[in-house]
Amino acid sequence: MTRIVTTDGFGPDPLAHLTPVPLDSYGDGGALLLAVDDDLSEVARHFASLELIVVPFASSADGRGFSLAADLRALGYLGHLRARGHVLVDQFRAALRCGFDDVEISAEQAARNPESQWRAIAMTPGYRSAVFGAPSDALPRPHARLAEG
Amino acid sequence: MYSYSDFDSAFVRARTAEFRDQVARRLDGSLTEDEFKPLRLMNGLYLQLHAYMLRVAIPYGTLRGAQMRKLAEIADRWDKGYGHFTTRQNIQFNWPKLCDVPDILDALADVQMHAIQTSGNCIRNVTADHFAGAVADEVEDPRITAELIRQWSTDHPEFAYLPRKFKIAVTGTEQDRAVIRFHDIGLRLRRRDGQIGYQVVIGGGLGRSPMIGKVVRDFLPKPELLPYLEAILRTYNLSGRRDNKYKARIKILVHETGLAALKAKIEQNFATQKRLLPDVSPQLVARIEQGFAPPDFDTRPLVSHRPGPGLRAFIDTNTTPHKRDDHVIVTVSLKPIGGTPGDATSDQMRALADLAQAYGYDELRISHEQNVILPHVHRNDLPAVYAGLRDAGLATANVGLVSDIIACPGMDYCALATARSIPVAQEISRAFAEIDAQHDIGPLKIKISGCINACGHHHVGHIGILGLDKAGVENYQLTLGGDGTQEATIGTRTGPGFAYDQIVPAVTRLIHAYLRLRTAPDETFLQTYRRVGIAPFKTALYEAENAAAA
Amino acid sequence: MPRAFVPKVATSNHLRDGDVIYFARPGWTRDLARASVAMTEEAAKELLREASQFPLETVGVVLIDVDMSSGAPAPTHFRELFRTRGPSNYFHGKQAENVQL
Repeated sequence: MTRIVTTDGFGPDPLAHLTPVPLDSYGDGGALLLAVDDDLSEVARHFASLELIVVPFASSADGRGFSLAADLRALGYLGHLRARGHVLVDQFRAALRCGFDDVEISAEQAARNPESQWRAIAMTPGYRSAVFGAPSDALPRPHARLAEG
Repeated sequence: MYSYSDFDSAFVRARTAEFRDQVARRLDGSLTEDEFKPLRLMNGLYLQLHAYMLRVAIPYGTLRGAQMRKLAEIADRWDKGYGHFTTRQNIQFNWPKLCDVPDILDALADVQMHAIQTSGNCIRNVTADHFAGAVADEVEDPRITAELIRQWSTDHPEFAYLPRKFKIAVTGTEQDRAVIRFHDIGLRLRRRDGQIGYQVVIGGGLGRSPMIGKVVRDFLPKPELLPYLEAILRTYNLSGRRDNKYKARIKILVHETGLAALKAKIEQNFATQKRLLPDVSPQLVARIEQGFAPPDFDTRPLVSHRPGPGLRAFIDTNTTPHKRDDHVIVTVSLKPIGGTPGDATSDQMRALADLAQAYGYDELRISHEQNVILPHVHRNDLPAVYAGLRDAGLATANVGLVSDIIACPGMDYCALATARSIPVAQEISRAFAEIDAQHDIGPLKIKISGCINACGHHHVGHIGILGLDKAGVENYQLTLGGDGTQEATIGTRTGPGFAYDQIVPAVTRLIHAYLRLRTAPDETFLQTYRRVGIAPFKTALYEAENAAAA
Repeated sequence: MPRAFVPKVATSNHLRDGDVIYFARPGWTRDLARASVAMTEEAAKELLREASQFPLETVGVVLIDVDMSSGAPAPTHFRELFRTRGPSNYFHGKQAENVQL
């Protein structure tokens, strides 16, 4: 049983009714389970029907998910973006800054990193938004969506 | 000098508090070592052979006196009274205890310093020409760009878990003292049609597969720098190899993908980034530029003085012309004969701080050659500066000579090392201790690494030494003809390596061969090597062994 | 002919100060000579398993070869020899401290 984490802590999955599927079997079901080497321009063709994209984090040391999220937002994706897998408490802020809406962690990790640890992460703005005015680093949540064309 | 904004200060304090909490969580078991390791590395804390090591960032190698004094205080209070200046313009403390590190970080924050991103697979401390702001032919002070990059790259949410570490260097002159062709990204400021911009070089690096960086943009207009860097980093983060740490640097991606194909990806990403990342605000640019405005130079008329032989030799080797005729750049050698390259005691750090405040507009630099620089010294003050340095044991007149050796910590400290490098440097400098002999040999860069990672830059040493573990015994390979300047050359291996007790005699044979081969005393080692090639040096190196074997 | 088994000890660095430590049942010592020695392949596996149970005292545990010819474990590789002493450029580390615990 996995856990969904937002800045409010552990909560129910608002998109539990969706079943993410890989890109090659995606029709118009609304939920995509991305692979780290998927071609994002291919993904972008489905933005109109997509409500949820799940980005896998195989290991906390593999930072591709951060760039995938930032790239999906840059390409104009406005739907829900979820990081699934081994995301450290200490990577939570960066994940949200890159455009994720929430993080899905394993029950084992949730036991080791209780809700209080996630809620304790200060969601202060970083250099990107505070100094350089970049929209993807806008906090508090929900972040400013990259709505411009 | 750049002074922290309120945001910088708040950020550094918050990070220190965060690390204090992370240390507590490691000690109570809620963070495993596997989870804690990237977090401590992100804050500059390594575990070495005998103890932890804290690497403190000295952005673009620039320090104020008060900052140097604080480093001395840290060395006394939490370490063993000394620090080691590195080939990346940082300082390392070799003996901190884990539980003291948050206090050390707070002490650093008191003087606007930190240890953030000095390790880990992130964008590391940005380096720049150590003579920035003091030389004549500069397009612009490269530290303005380096500081902008520091702010952009600090805590960048997307680039903290890259395939591998990422190093950026900036130079403002055609003459390259910042080794930009051997960085993941090298930036050279240039002017074109009245506009300032950059030549952008990517994919350079030393290590296991040394490569010379390739030009990905010959002229990038200055305002486009950050979106362009974002495009390079995103392309690297998504496409760089993660299956093998020795193939994970961007140089391998450039090599395997090909410059043209990779450039196409970068440019495509750049088109998006340019649209999304707003231009850097003029206020921020002005604030940073103001931080690097030249000091209010002393215009006292020059007083002629007749230097004694000690000062004369010091002026000959350790000073460089300044952009103003009445000033000089003073390089303070941290390479005393028989000493550890790059080490300074806390007393020496305080002496440097005093001299900077009295005679150097309160400014110090750390060079990648592990020396300290007083970038602006009025010529009238040279005798006083020399006397102060001599009192502190810092007046060694050997900059650029055979005993001005770069050496990584090697197996005396480093957990990754395969052999020692410091004792080799110590012995070479003792073998050529005689200063007249050093002057006769002339400009010579010896660089020593204790493992293939090449922190001692051996590939770009005129003589490079690489220490390896050969079947359980220390063994040293030699390379010749390397050059880290704008002429970027990777050294060529001479042949079989030498045992620990044979490497200094081998280097001595090389130097004697050069003295025989040169056409005139002013033909340098590198010039001679380029003229005659490696063959006569190989003969000199191996003839004794071959004769013995025959 | 199978190669003779080289005796092993388990070593690590102490979590708090990073100092080199060796597993000596039931805890840890800073002195290699006092370390528990495995004389067989099986015993080495067991030694490593036991030594790996101290996440709040150790940072990474590995087995190293030792020479038992003097009766007490001694390093066989120069790296391990340096780890028992400290750096060669200063009299710091273990060589400067009393390692008897």
